[in-house]
Amino acid sequence: MNNRVKEKLEILADAAKYDVSCSSSGSKRKNTKDGLGNATGMGICHTYTQDGRCVSLLKILLTNHCIFDCAYCVSRRSNDVKRAAFTVQEVVDLTINFYKRNYIEGLFLSSGIFKDVDYTMERLVRIAKKLRTEHKFNGYIHLKAIPGASDELIHEAGLYADRLSVNLEIPSEMSLKKVAPEKDYASAYKPMNYLSKTIQGLKEEKKVIKSTPNFSPGGQSTQLVIGATPENDKHILELAGSLYKEQKLKRVYYSGYIPISDDERLPALREAPLRRENRLYQADWLLRFYGFKVSEIVDDEHPHLDLELDPKMGYALRHPQFFPVDVNKADYEWILRIPGVGVKSAKKIVQARKFGRLRREHLQKIGVVWKRAKYFLISADRDFINLGFNPEVIRQQLLHSTKPKKNPAQLDMFNTPSTPPLVNSLILSK
Amino acid sequence: MIYRYDGTYDGLLSVVFESYRLKVPATDIIAEHQFKQGLFESPIQVETNTEQAKRVRVGLEKKCGKQATTLIYRCFLSEQPRVENLIYHFVRTAMREPENVLHNYRDDTVLQLHQVNKQIGREVHRMHAFVRFQETKDGMLVALINPDFNVLPLSGQHFVARYPALEWLIYDTKRHYGWYYNKHKSKFITLDEKQHRHLADDLLTNEENDYQQLWQSYFKATNIPERRNMKLHLQHVPKRYWSFLVEKW
Repeated sequence: MNNRVKEKLEILADAAKYDVSCSSSGSKRKNTKDGLGNATGMGICHTYTQDGRCVSLLKILLTNHCIFDCAYCVSRRSNDVKRAAFTVQEVVDLTINFYKRNYIEGLFLSSGIFKDVDYTMERLVRIAKKLRTEHKFNGYIHLKAIPGASDELIHEAGLYADRLSVNLEIPSEMSLKKVAPEKDYASAYKPMNYLSKTIQGLKEEKKVIKSTPNFSPGGQSTQLVIGATPENDKHILELAGSLYKEQKLKRVYYSGYIPISDDERLPALREAPLRRENRLYQADWLLRFYGFKVSEIVDDEHPHLDLELDPKMGYALRHPQFFPVDVNKADYEWILRIPGVGVKSAKKIVQARKFGRLRREHLQKIGVVWKRAKYFLISADRDFINLGFNPEVIRQQLLHSTKPKKNPAQLDMFNTPSTPPLVNSLILSK
Repeated sequence: MIYRYDGTYDGLLSVVFESYRLKVPATDIIAEHQFKQGLFESPIQVETNTEQAKRVRVGLEKKCGKQATTLIYRCFLSEQPRVENLIYHFVRTAMREPENVLHNYRDDTVLQLHQVNKQIGREVHRMHAFVRFQETKDGMLVALINPDFNVLPLSGQHFVARYPALEWLIYDTKRHYGWYYNKHKSKFITLDEKQHRHLADDLLTNEENDYQQLWQSYFKATNIPERRNMKLHLQHVPKRYWSFLVEKW
């Protein structure tokens, strides 16, 4: 192996790392008898970076040459960085050899735009095709669907990829126009809508005709950059909510803007808004796994998520009329809404209470975070009654029972959607 | 009464069977290699009987479903002290109670087994994640592991599904046996010497070295220093696994 490949890998992995998505789950590609790899069931993080992000896929750009000049992007035309480009064969070799050593679950391939959009998209598709057909590679492939690419190329990409993603990046078109003059929402929504239509359509067809080919079986995702432009959390969550509902996205990723750029079109941030990013992920989890509506998490009166408390706690404190919840009687949906009770605990509660009434000690052993849950539930001990319900008092107790950490840990949010983190053990734990 | 068995899974189930047959409840169940003679009690030695073990399995499965037999087998592999007693009490309770107790989390035995099972699941998942194969000159992929629990029997199938056309070996250096796959079938093997605690450099291909370096470069390049969070990093990649990990060498 020559040093040139090593250098390219360093440049093009470095340039790709700001795309936070690294999921390898949600597909259902089985291996063939003489093939290499599969992409079934839950994703696997093969290692973690020193910043705590999951490394599941070989995440690289095909090239960081780019004709666009988006202020938030490290590869923008006007930025003075080293440029490189992989050949198709180099990407294929790296993928196969990393995969068979069990370093990765597969490939995440994105690219700067060289020449034009279709030319770039065609290269991405060619790599995926080569892996699938010549090398019988059945591991995970995530491809970027580049805004503005032709429907034919997007369609072909869907036949080889497990997941496709179109990044909106900036959470409103007005802001996008300011920082990325060559881009607009329409050209991003077009492939997104094409994908959502085709994914749904072929899924239906497959139910009837089994030989219908897989088309992006892991669905599609997108990424929003947080903190580079002035949109509030309400705006961002409403956008995410509509992407889940209308475009049927599997995931929306939130990427706290890291001040990589001294471009004057962007604010000078001291540091990445990691805590805000974390709260957005928690809110996102509430939307996808806890049956919350956006309007229950943020509203005109509270357009920003509370940075000090997790959004489920915030909801509970704003809605005292719904609490306490009786764990021995309430529906599963309501047990899920108790702060300190995650999906797993809620399921266990519902199963275990068939055998007899649950007391505080049962709940604690099941895994309920008592420190937070105790204000909001009734168990067979009925000890809630002694606590009373004064949102401001509870808030103060929660905040002062712990010292806020300087550098709050990130949630395990970049992968494994099959195991949603309990909302949430961060600031309030220990 | 204390029961002593040979340390195998079927042996443990034979103990369960014997305790029913003799109508003598077990106060403790101890594997031979861990047994220390006490002063007052002499143990009942149980010979492993696969027929009887099977009857226990089938009985439990009828009562509580396949999930229950899987649960106790996985917990057995945890090698945790006293896990035999937990399994024993679980089977007794399961057979006694009219309803299926598998999900009765109010019961301490049931809850503890589920907790052990969760640890096992985590360790199996870590094997799927942290195993690193190295290519030898004769074209075999070899990975050395030393997991906390005896999870190799639960981990190999994952790789059979992934690498059906490759020859590979995953070797547990702590327990001295490995899962070998020869492109057609799997078997457990034990290497004669303890030589395979390390893979000597001259066993490996040159290309192997190159790809290890590339992986190390990739690992470094994909990090974002502005977000550095070593606490989280260590939580996900505990130090005891670093010896597996090429990117940590």
